[in-house]
Amino acid sequence: MSDVVEKTLTALPALFDSQTGAAKITNRLRQLIKSITELTSKHEEENLIKQELSAMKEQVSSPNTTMKQMREIMVRAMYCEMLGYDASFTYIHAIKLAQQGGVLEKREEENLIKQELSAMKEQVSSPNTTMKQMREIMVRAMYCEMLGYDASFTYIHAIKLAQQGGVLEKRVGTFTPHFHSSPYITSITHAQEIIRRKAVLALYKFYLIAPNQVQHIHAKFRKALCDKDPGVMTSSLHIYLQLIRESPDSYKDLTGSFVTILKQVVGGKLPLDFNYHSVPAPWLQIQLLRILSLLGKEDQSTSELMYEVLDESLRRAEMNHNITYAILYECVKAVYTIHPKAELLEKAARCIGNFVLSPKINLKYLGLKALTYVVQHDAKLALQHQMTIIECLDHSDFTIKRETLELLFRITNAQNVTVIVEKMLDFLRSCNDEHTIIHLVGKVAELAEKFAPDNSWFIQTMNDVFSIGGDLLQQDVPNNFLRLLAEGSESKEEDDQLRLYAVDSYLTVLKGHTSHLPQCFLQVMSWVLGEYAHLQESVDQREVIRLLTQLLDQRSVSSETRVWILSALTKISEGQTDLILDLAESLSSSQDTVLRQQAQELRHLSQESQLHEWALPRGAPWDGIEVDSSLSFLDGFVSEALAAGAAPYKPPHQRQEELCEDRALNLEPYGFSLPVSLSSCSITDRQSPTLLSVSSGLSGNSTELSQKAGCLILEGVKRVWGKDGYLPQKKRSTPPVDEPSAAVQPPGQQEAAERIEPRPDPLTQNQDKQQLASSLFVGLGVGSAMSLLGKSEAPPPRFRKKPHPHESSSSSSSGTSERSSDSSSRSSRNTTNSFLYGSLLEKEPATSISAFDHTPKSTTANGLAQNKDTKEDRRANTSQILGGDMVIVRPSTIQDKHPPSVSSDLTALLPADLKDLPHSDVISLTSDPSLSLSSCRLFRDEALLLVIFISNCTETVIKDVAVQLTCEELKTVSLRGNVVDCLEARSTSVCHYALLMDDPHTNVSFTGTVSYQTQPGHTNTLPFSGTLSTADFIRPLVVTTEEYGKLWLSLSHDVKQNLKLLTDAGDPLRTTLNSLKDALQLHVVDIIGSEGIVACRLLSGAPCLLHCRVNGTALAMWLRSPHPALPDCILYHCQRALAHH
Amino acid sequence: MIKAILIFNNHGKPRLIRFYQYFAEDMQQQIIRETFHLVSKRDDNVCNFLEGGSLIGGSDYKLIYRHYATLYFVFCVDSSESELGILDLIQVFVETLDKCFENVCELDLIFHMDKVHYILQEVVMGGMVLETNMNEIVAQVELQNRMEKSEVSDQ
Repeated sequence: MSDVVEKTLTALPALFDSQTGAAKITNRLRQLIKSITELTSKHEEENLIKQELSAMKEQVSSPNTTMKQMREIMVRAMYCEMLGYDASFTYIHAIKLAQQGGVLEKREEENLIKQELSAMKEQVSSPNTTMKQMREIMVRAMYCEMLGYDASFTYIHAIKLAQQGGVLEKRVGTFTPHFHSSPYITSITHAQEIIRRKAVLALYKFYLIAPNQVQHIHAKFRKALCDKDPGVMTSSLHIYLQLIRESPDSYKDLTGSFVTILKQVVGGKLPLDFNYHSVPAPWLQIQLLRILSLLGKEDQSTSELMYEVLDESLRRAEMNHNITYAILYECVKAVYTIHPKAELLEKAARCIGNFVLSPKINLKYLGLKALTYVVQHDAKLALQHQMTIIECLDHSDFTIKRETLELLFRITNAQNVTVIVEKMLDFLRSCNDEHTIIHLVGKVAELAEKFAPDNSWFIQTMNDVFSIGGDLLQQDVPNNFLRLLAEGSESKEEDDQLRLYAVDSYLTVLKGHTSHLPQCFLQVMSWVLGEYAHLQESVDQREVIRLLTQLLDQRSVSSETRVWILSALTKISEGQTDLILDLAESLSSSQDTVLRQQAQELRHLSQESQLHEWALPRGAPWDGIEVDSSLSFLDGFVSEALAAGAAPYKPPHQRQEELCEDRALNLEPYGFSLPVSLSSCSITDRQSPTLLSVSSGLSGNSTELSQKAGCLILEGVKRVWGKDGYLPQKKRSTPPVDEPSAAVQPPGQQEAAERIEPRPDPLTQNQDKQQLASSLFVGLGVGSAMSLLGKSEAPPPRFRKKPHPHESSSSSSSGTSERSSDSSSRSSRNTTNSFLYGSLLEKEPATSISAFDHTPKSTTANGLAQNKDTKEDRRANTSQILGGDMVIVRPSTIQDKHPPSVSSDLTALLPADLKDLPHSDVISLTSDPSLSLSSCRLFRDEALLLVIFISNCTETVIKDVAVQLTCEELKTVSLRGNVVDCLEARSTSVCHYALLMDDPHTNVSFTGTVSYQTQPGHTNTLPFSGTLSTADFIRPLVVTTEEYGKLWLSLSHDVKQNLKLLTDAGDPLRTTLNSLKDALQLHVVDIIGSEGIVACRLLSGAPCLLHCRVNGTALAMWLRSPHPALPDCILYHCQRALAHH
Repeated sequence: MIKAILIFNNHGKPRLIRFYQYFAEDMQQQIIRETFHLVSKRDDNVCNFLEGGSLIGGSDYKLIYRHYATLYFVFCVDSSESELGILDLIQVFVETLDKCFENVCELDLIFHMDKVHYILQEVVMGGMVLETNMNEIVAQVELQNRMEKSEVSDQ
């Protein structure tokens, strides 16, 4: 308990008496606080509060409690909540109270209601909430609304409810949103400015929660912006900042207004009330500057409008107060964000100097932040402040140090990399914050790979990275490192040298104390030793085996690492049968099944050297390994399992979706999945039902990984995309830098280093620091400053990887692990896999060999030939699968079911405004003796129009024709003509639905009914159904190559897959892309050499970018989209389109 | 946007908590504990910003705090807020409290928790800065106090 409180508590009674406001403090609250402070343990406190809460519960439900008592209870409840106890039962009472009470009660309850709202928020988003609860929540939300609280989050749920629910739900559901926004919209015109201001903020919250619901009040936002009260205008800027962040282009017209406002504010035109420390409305200025920088970004004409006012702001903000610095900081950022103007840049740079040199630590922090931002545009700026930066490196403040390293990371080049990396590692060693370590270790690894001066330094640095980062490391750091070792560069000699270094250094590490090494480091070491220990001839292989076996005995080694070690041992075991047999013997009784299995394999392989050599050839080139990411060799197994009743595979995201859906009650007694999939499997035999799903599974992994890493994984893919978009293919001479270039400085850089000399800070004439400075900032001179911008030439990475043919079939990060597990034929990661595979091996050796085939690593002649055959077979198979699989497993689309039989003159009946739209063939949906239905799809940019033709086939009039269409996955935005009172004989009526697809599904089926009366009082219904595919909802996205490049970098979800290439024409890439374009309405942005880029979008929503590369006879397709499921869908349709071709 | 406002004393006892984003009670307590842990070990002469946690909203999350006598005032914000702006907002808030309570101390916050909440409501609404002018805030609070009093006397 706090001593301060305890001491003062003795003086409490007097305090209460003396204060007039104290009368309001209830006795009970005072008692409560007092007794809590007297307690000595957490346990006692818990008991006390529990008692208190149950007492309160009783009181609130008692009808005798007066309003005043109720209020006391609410205050106490709030106190309990603060201490972390659940007092949610009071929420509903708070609302009730607020409804009946006066101002006093209302204020009291306001806090609790806010909590109530957040509790409701959670409830509505929980999938467990039943419909009934939902309805209750809606009513409660309406209560809150009525009292003027923001419950807009319930809107979206209300709408959902209205869609799925019964009559009652519908009424509640549709009511809420309308009910909701109206009080705010009316209060926006309220006379009192404070109310207008609050209403504007409430509308903003509204917008954040349900943007679509407030489309109609955008005009109100503009009204708020032009409000005569500056306070209201300030509030409206919150909204505009958000809107402009989302789409800067649609608000360019407001630039002038914002500039005028800022000019007035800066010029002191506002009432003095708005001054803060004699600065006019600083928070308003900050907001405006942010908005302007968003508007002016990469837009010269807009930027020109604001130069003057920015200049003015920079000039005016000269007083020495925190808040002026806040404005200056925003100003500087704005100047560097918008289209550059030399004069302003110069002024802004001077401002940064003020920040960095300030003795105030907060300003220094912001200065560093500003520098970090600015060096991306102009690296020379860092030169001016080098001494300060060096001081900051040794600063006692953790935050400052971190920021400084961030800055150094941005200015790293081949010359200063050793110093900077050393500084970073020093910091890491003394740091114990998990997030910082993860963040920084990744950066060190990135720098080391990019700029390493020589092999030994690189290996040493990576050793440090692994031992410091330990098991916190992102998985892609070790993966990338191993890939680098495995794939090597162009020169074999150099690769071997690097590998040799690695082997040597690891042997030294292993000879020392190993128990403290992180698992991830051990795994890397064992893999490298397993692969390359043979390169080091001076070391006895037995010694290596001994060291590795030692590791196996250590208790701290995890079972996953053991698997890695054992794989390594398997690889180097050749000829050392005696050692190995002992080992295999001791492990064959291990508890771990994977280890046991590996020990078995180890024994077999060590006894049969021929088999060993065939399975694990030493020093085989890596390029030869082909990863069969579709796992088609398991098809037989899968179809067996399916036949035995197993559920078919589903990709993770689909599983997730279904999980959410399944939470609702399933009223259908049983699904019919089993017999259907069974028959499909038996027909397709060796075809792979998993083919598609595996690919999406893989991509799911890769997205996860790339998201975790927070950066792009572009290794191995030719760097075609630069910061400024597409980099035209320059002929780069790219031999890896052999000589450590730090030794020989080009003249330009020497000059830069010299230029630094005469500029030391007079206070810190420290020789060491000078030296450090020259080593840190070397290469930032005029000559190389440009290279940092990536404009002239990127610094050639030290380790250049060979372009890898299988890049796009598997994600780069999972690539290594896949390969390594493949190479050893002992999956170290995927236990199930090795399990499946293992059992195959034991049962029938013949299959085991064919299972090996997918890795054509064998060097024996007949093995190779055999490989080739099976491979070709498989390829043929695959294409069959593509064709066959679709038809059987997937629900067929409209065209498949009903060939265009209806005469197309029906299209003549289309309304005039729709006639010009591109449309599909008219197909017949269903018919009965009196009516026949056919449909046609019209492609509008923002929606799909499904047109249904209802034809009267009889000679009599049909009355009251009503069409009802349902489709769960699609949203109907408008419909027309679905009810016809009277359909004349032999005539046709047209009804059309505009459909939107929010979440991509490969195929969507719709069902519907037509009800009609042939005789009065006698209603017939005619059911119909059909299928739409994503392809109907895909629209071309017209972008330039540069825009494409920018967009590409901003998208997070990606999927890679190899597709069939149409080779029948002269230019296979062009032919393939054109046929895709025809089938899917894609937009081919550009084709350069063997690469092509294609863009499309889902109606007017999420874009999807496709990057295609010819890779032998396959088309490596890499898709990216902000939507997780969209790439999978598009990939599916691409595969399908190509298979049909 | 401001995600949360926490006030706790030198011992980590919460004196006022306000979240503008939903968190369950135990999560709230955990956030308070960890924030206290981070903030309390920092000297008074280092900067008032802390980055790199992942408690609220991943990496786009920053702590901006000020230490007054026995109390820490911590604002958890995302990148759309200006650091120095928030720092001065804390100052405004504390000065307003000082004006309303006449020499505010920790005890005022304990026993007038409700009042502190009212004042905060006039400064920040739904995670957005509503008013930064101290006089304006005090005027609003006083206006409501008057209404309250007239109602009490009516009863």
